[in-house]
Order: sequence, then structure tokens, then C-alpha cells
Amino acid sequence: MKIDSSLPLEYSTEENRLKIFGFWIFLGAEIALFATLFATYFVLVEGTGNGPSGEELFKVPTLMLQTIFLLTSSFTIGLGINAMRLGKQKAMLSFFVITLILGLGFLGVEIYEFVEYVHEGATIQTSAFLSSLFTLLGTHGAHVTLGLFWGTFIILQTKKRGFTPETTNKAFIFSLYWHFLDVVWIFIFSFVYLKGMM
Amino acid sequence: MDYFDRFAVPHPSPAIYASMIAIGLTMIAVVAGITYFKKWGYLWREWLTTVDHKRIGIMYILSALLMLFRGGADALMMRAQTAVPDNGLLDGQHYNEIFTTHGVVMILFMAMPFIIGLMNIVTPLQVGARDVAFPRLNAVSFWLFFMGAMLFNISFVVGGSPDAGWTSYFPLAGNEFAESVGSNYYAIAIQIAGIGTLLTGINFIVTILKMRAPGMSLMKMPMFTWSILITNFIIVFAFPVLTVALALMTMDRLFGTQFFAMANGGSDMLWANLFWVWGHPEVYIVILPAFGIYSEIISTFARRNLYGYNSMVISMVAISTLSFVVWAHHFYTMGHGAMVNGIFSITTMAIAVPTGVKIFNWLFTLWKGKIVFTVPMLYSLAFIPIFTLGGVTGVMLAMASADYQYHNTMFLVAHFHYVLIPGTVFAVLAGFTYWWPKMFGFMLSEKIGKWSFWFITISFNVTFFPMFITGLDGQARRMYTYSESTGYGPLNMLSFVGAIGLAIGFALILYNIYWSTRYASRNISNDPWDARSLEWATHTPIPEYNFAVVPTVDSTEAFWDSKKKGFKLFSGKIEKIHMPNNSGVPFILSCIFFVWGFAMVFSMWIIAIIATIGIFACMTLRSFEKDHGRYISVEEIEETENKLRGAK
Ligand code: HEM
Ligand SMILES: [Cu+2]
Repeated sequence: MKIDSSLPLEYSTEENRLKIFGFWIFLGAEIALFATLFATYFVLVEGTGNGPSGEELFKVPTLMLQTIFLLTSSFTIGLGINAMRLGKQKAMLSFFVITLILGLGFLGVEIYEFVEYVHEGATIQTSAFLSSLFTLLGTHGAHVTLGLFWGTFIILQTKKRGFTPETTNKAFIFSLYWHFLDVVWIFIFSFVYLKGMM
Repeated sequence: MDYFDRFAVPHPSPAIYASMIAIGLTMIAVVAGITYFKKWGYLWREWLTTVDHKRIGIMYILSALLMLFRGGADALMMRAQTAVPDNGLLDGQHYNEIFTTHGVVMILFMAMPFIIGLMNIVTPLQVGARDVAFPRLNAVSFWLFFMGAMLFNISFVVGGSPDAGWTSYFPLAGNEFAESVGSNYYAIAIQIAGIGTLLTGINFIVTILKMRAPGMSLMKMPMFTWSILITNFIIVFAFPVLTVALALMTMDRLFGTQFFAMANGGSDMLWANLFWVWGHPEVYIVILPAFGIYSEIISTFARRNLYGYNSMVISMVAISTLSFVVWAHHFYTMGHGAMVNGIFSITTMAIAVPTGVKIFNWLFTLWKGKIVFTVPMLYSLAFIPIFTLGGVTGVMLAMASADYQYHNTMFLVAHFHYVLIPGTVFAVLAGFTYWWPKMFGFMLSEKIGKWSFWFITISFNVTFFPMFITGLDGQARRMYTYSESTGYGPLNMLSFVGAIGLAIGFALILYNIYWSTRYASRNISNDPWDARSLEWATHTPIPEYNFAVVPTVDSTEAFWDSKKKGFKLFSGKIEKIHMPNNSGVPFILSCIFFVWGFAMVFSMWIIAIIATIGIFACMTLRSFEKDHGRYISVEEIEETENKLRGAK
């Protein structure tokens, strides 16, 4: 393995550079995926059938809580990567742990929200609008869930092996993923919730 | 007993029972054969766990050939049923199932994998790389495709085939009208294979953009590599749409969501739109690589460099962009206004322009070329006029108001076979023959190859040209029979005769493989066609590391220059080479996907959940695994090189 020490560790080998580039392409595919889900949602948003509409369903407090959790976590993971670049393992690990805790908080609120919806009689089967809403939010939530596991694995590996080209590469790619989920959330925030409440 | 009822075929016939027995016996024979010859270890070490792009490519092609015969059997049954009016060979339900599986198998499990197989074998060689960017991911891609294909194929003996057409329109494919598990197979099997394809897309974009030999700028890439690059961009942006569409379909069918049901605010047209937003780019996913293959073959056998390199590239980029904005031409008649139809009419017709540019470039390449009539070249030459006919009828269909006349008639069926068969099928047959010596170290017989070429080309026209006429006369597609008074009888009989001719042509290809494997000379050079691009610059058979020394390039045809102008391709000295290790995980992971898919099809939730956990366990394992690959030492490389050089 040739290590180019003029570059940050996560970029230092050929394999690492390929992985980061490949992940960017993968995010391109993810954009296409979420774009399709958004398009589906926009097509079906009026299709409330006998069920409730977004206006009746969406609530400000849970929305704000979710948004704060996720946006902050995007900030903390940025700090984590910064610490990684500076070679500060402890700081990096702490920021990653905080990130995941915030992610867990986000997920908790989302699950709470889903349970509330179901209690109000709004299930994924009620109407096309709700099917598309649950699917869009659920896909994002599933991504966050996956991220929690993935992030935990990276923390464990970094703890055990320290900063190596491999672990830093994984951590960096994970941060791209996490930021991406944040971007998707901003779209959900604006085009699903805000638009729905107006 | 009730529990097992759902695995029964809802609409059985003697033919299906016979196939069950045949499948069972073949499986027993295969297992017994491998055990008898003690080949399990070999199979596992050399194939099931391989991450070598060349072997993965060969497995893709073998599977595609298998699927070609499965889809071909469907086709023969359809043509036999419609050969005479009021025929009772198949009933309506069977006919529906057969045209559905025929379409899915041919496009998704034959054409695409065949192309992906060739691209696996050729692309890394053409760019002078040692493998693809992510070799293990590549194995995952193949095995997911393979398991998806197998899951789809067992549908007709376990639980019933899908019957709503390869387009699977709603509400036809909803629970109300498609009660059997057939459409579950459609949604889930294609999903599994589709994930594999998406991963291929990412893998090859990275390979081509980041792993080219020194000196090979983008505009010095061989045309086939260009076509593959563009195709993979289409894959990356089109397949997620299919992923979503199939997921929504699965949820509608299994979990009672309301996406495509009309009652609670859903929209059946949403399916049609999502399907074709993927579906039209999909037809370009299978045609652009074909264009690339023809470009290589035509310039090799016209003994000239490709005419209009830049315009070839630009036209492919234009086609790929346009391919995303024409989807609504598949349902002009389903009720959007004149404005929408007008716009999609124009974008559709616009595609004919870059396509025409390419046709002229090939013609100009041939012009004043010294043409050598080999089998690959014959397919390429036949492609040009026949495909043009397909394109011209496409433009006819593109005119929205006229399309009301022939939409969903046999005219449409003739159109897309006129583009897909001379386009994709001829191309993969040509490419397969052309690259065969590089893969296996001997040539296919030209004589038998020419026989099959003539059988296929003539029979193709005999089969499909009559459909233009019956279509204009009003014969609808997907109808299992027609009455004598319509007068469609004679031309349909002609089609049937043509279909038999096609079957003979394809059987001759198999015979050719058999014959050449036994009798063809093994004493061939590394470059038997006197070709022009880098894949011919290495040994035959290709060593696992492809090139002992990475080639350096300074033109689009560096290998040709090295032969004719003394350009020095290999200037470095041999160094140790890093290679990835084999891995059983891709295969095992895909087997679990198969189980997951099967459980989903039959709503067996406990098994599905266990399989899901298994899938994540594989991924976790991968995350914690340390695998740095291995090195091939300089001595080892020199030994291999000397041996290969000595063989010639
Ligand atoms: C000049 C280029 C082309 C034009 C203008 C064109 C136009 C069209 C139009 C308008 C339709 C829909 C007609 C209808 O449903 O009434 C159609 C169907 C179709 N085309 Fe093309 N096409 C072109 C090239 C191709 C190519 C290159 C392929 C594949 C390699 C292809 C494959 C298909 C298929 C598979 C269908 C039918 C799908 C179905 O309904 O089952 N076309 N084409
Ligand atoms: Cu189309």
C-alpha cells in the first residue's frame, strides 16, 4: 500500500481515494432515490381520501426538536472530522458519540411522532397521502437508523485500531453520509412540513 | 395442508408439470455431476468466490445465454399460439404469463447482464487497469443479479408467474386483479437484481474515471469505454427510480398502502410514470453499449480509425440526456393534454438526430475502408439498415396524434424488436464472437458463425416485418388469439416460421461453442483480429493481473500505433502487484437475499426477518474485517509472463 503523506490520512491511499469518489457517486444515486420519493409525495399530497391532511397532522414542537437534533449532529460530526484531521483521537471519538446520541434523539422523536399519528388514526394504509408521507419519512429514518449502527462500528474500530488510513477513510465517508441525511431533512422540513402547515 | 397450497401453481397445465420435473431432474443431475467429478472445491475457489472481473464477466454471459434460451422458449410458445386463428394451444392466462416473463427475462436478465458481462471483461482491459475499482462489490453485483434472476425464474413452478406485462401497469398488477403471488415475484426479484445493477453502475464510473492508464485522457478513451461510462451514468440515475417504484409496488401488494389504488387518493398513472422514467433510460442502457461495441468492431474490420470520434461522444451524451425526458411517449393515449403530448413528441423525435449522427459516422468509417467480412462485422453491417428501420418507425410512433392509431398494436411490437434485436442482441453476439478469443484462447468457427448469422438475420426479418403490417391493420398486442375473419392468419403463420428460423440460428451458436471448444486451434496470437485497443495488448489467456506493466498511452489507438508506428506501450519495469483476495461473502450474502426474497413473495415474515438480520450481519462482518489483499511478487509475474510468451 502506497501512502501519500502529503494528503490527509483518509485520502492517503489509492484505495481510499477511490472509495471516497465512489461514495460521492453513490450519493448521486441517493439523490435520485429521494427525488423520486419527493416526487411521489408531491403527486399524492392531495390524495388524502378519508384520512387527515398534513395540516391536521403536523405539529411544531416535534418538528423543531427533530430539526435541532439533526442539524446539531451535522455540526458535531463536522467537528469530529476536524479533530480527526488534527490527529486528536479522543476529541474525534467524543464528537462522534455526541453525533450518534443526537441522531438517536432524532429517531426517538420520529418514532414518537409516528406512534402519535397512528393513535390519531393516520396509518400508512389510510390514504395515498399518508402512504407517501410515511414512506418518505420512513426511508429517511431508516437511513438514520442504519447510520447509528454504522457510526457505532466506526467508533469501535477507531478506538481499537487508532487512526489508520482505513479507519479515517470510513469515518470521513460516514460523515459525508451523515451530512447528506441532514440535507434531505432540510428538504423534508421545508417541502413536507412547512408547506403542509401553511 | 392449507399452508402449502400457496406454493402450488394457481393455473397449472401439463407443460408446467413437465417443466417442474425437468427442472428437478436437471438440478439433481448437476449436483450429482459436480460431486462425481469432485468439482465442488474447484467451483467454490475459482468461481463462486472469485472477484476477478474477467471471471465475473464470463459468469454474467453464461447466465445471460441461459436466460436467452428461457426467454426464447417463451417467445416460441407465443408465436406458436398465434400462428393460426382461434388456436387453443395456450389459454389467455398462460399467454399473459408468458409474454410477461418473456419481456422481463429478455430485457432485465438477458440483454442487461450480457452487456454487463462484456463490459466487465473488456472495460478494465481497455483502460489499462488491473481490475475494477471495487472488485468485491463487483462480485456482489453479479450474485445479486443472479439470485434475482433465479427467484424470478422459479415463479412459474412455485406459486405462479406474474401476468400483468413487463410494464406491470396498475390496477392490473394490484391485488384485486393479480391475486397470485406472481406480481410479488416481479416486484421483489427485479428489486434484488436492480440493486446489483446500481452497484455495477457506481463501480464502473469510478473505474473509468479514476483508473485509466497514464496518458489516456477522456477524449483518448476507446469508444466502447465511452459508451460504458455514459451507460453507467444512466444506470446510477435511472435505477433508483425503479428501486422506489418497485418498493411502492411491494408495499401496495403486501402492506396495504394506497399508492396506486384509486380508492383512497392513489394514482395508477403514478406507476406508469415512475416505470417509464426508469424504463426509457433502460432501453438506452442496453443500446448505448451496443453502439460502443459496433464502433470497435466496425473500425477494426474496416481497417480504419473511427470516423467522427468527437461527434460520436457528443451524440451519446446527448442521447443519454434526452433519454430522461421522453418517458411520456409510452402513454400518449392515457389522457394527458395536447401540450404535454406535444412536448414529449418533440423531445422524442429529437433523439433521432444524435442517433442519425452515429449512423452516418459508421457509414463514413466504412467508406473507403478495406472491409473484412468476419462474423462480428457481418452483424455490425446488418445492424445499420435494420436498426434504421426500427428508428424510423420509432419516429412514426413519436408523433402523438398518429400514435393513437398504432399504440399497443403489433406495429409497436415490431418497432421495439427492430431496435432491440439488431441493436442489442446482434451487438452482444458480435461482441461475444469478437472478444471470445481473448476470453478463452481460441476462436469460434467462422463458418458455423456465418450460418447462424444468416439464419438469425433473415429469420428476424421474416418474424418481425409482418407485424408492421398486421399492426397497421389493427392487430392488438398481448392478445392470445384472433378470429379467422380478421385475416391476420397468414402473416402470423409467417412470423411463426421466422421464429423457428431464429431458434435454429441460436441453436447453431450453441453448436458453434461446442464445436470450437473441441476442434478449434489453440495456437492463436494475442491479437487475432488485428485490432486497435488495449485489451489486445496483453496475453491470451489474460493473466489475472491483466498487464505486467501498466501501459502508457498517447492517442485513441495507442495499441494500433504500437504495432504500426513503433509506439512504446510498456515502458516501466515489473513491480510487485497488489491484488484483492477472493471472498465467499458476496455469494453467501446473495443467497440470503434469495431467501429473503422468497420469504417476502410468500409473506413468510419470520423467515424474512431472520434473512434481513443475516444480510445486516454480512455487512457488519465486512465492516470489521481486515483484508488488505495480497501481493504477487516480481518473480511470480516474470514466471507467468515467460510462460505466456513461450506459448506463442
Ligand atoms: C429513434 C429512436 C426511437 C424513437 C423515436 C422511439 C420511439 C418510441 C415510442 C414513441 C414508443 C411508444 C409507442 C407506443 O407505445 O405506442 C416506443 C416504444 C418502445 N421502444 Fe422505442 N424509440 C426509439 C428507439 C428505441 C430503442 C433504441 C429501443 C431499445 C433498444 C427502443 C425500445 C422500445 C421499447 C422496448 C418500446 C415498447 C415498450 C412497451 O410498451 O412494452 N426504442 N419507442
Ligand atoms: Cu421510450
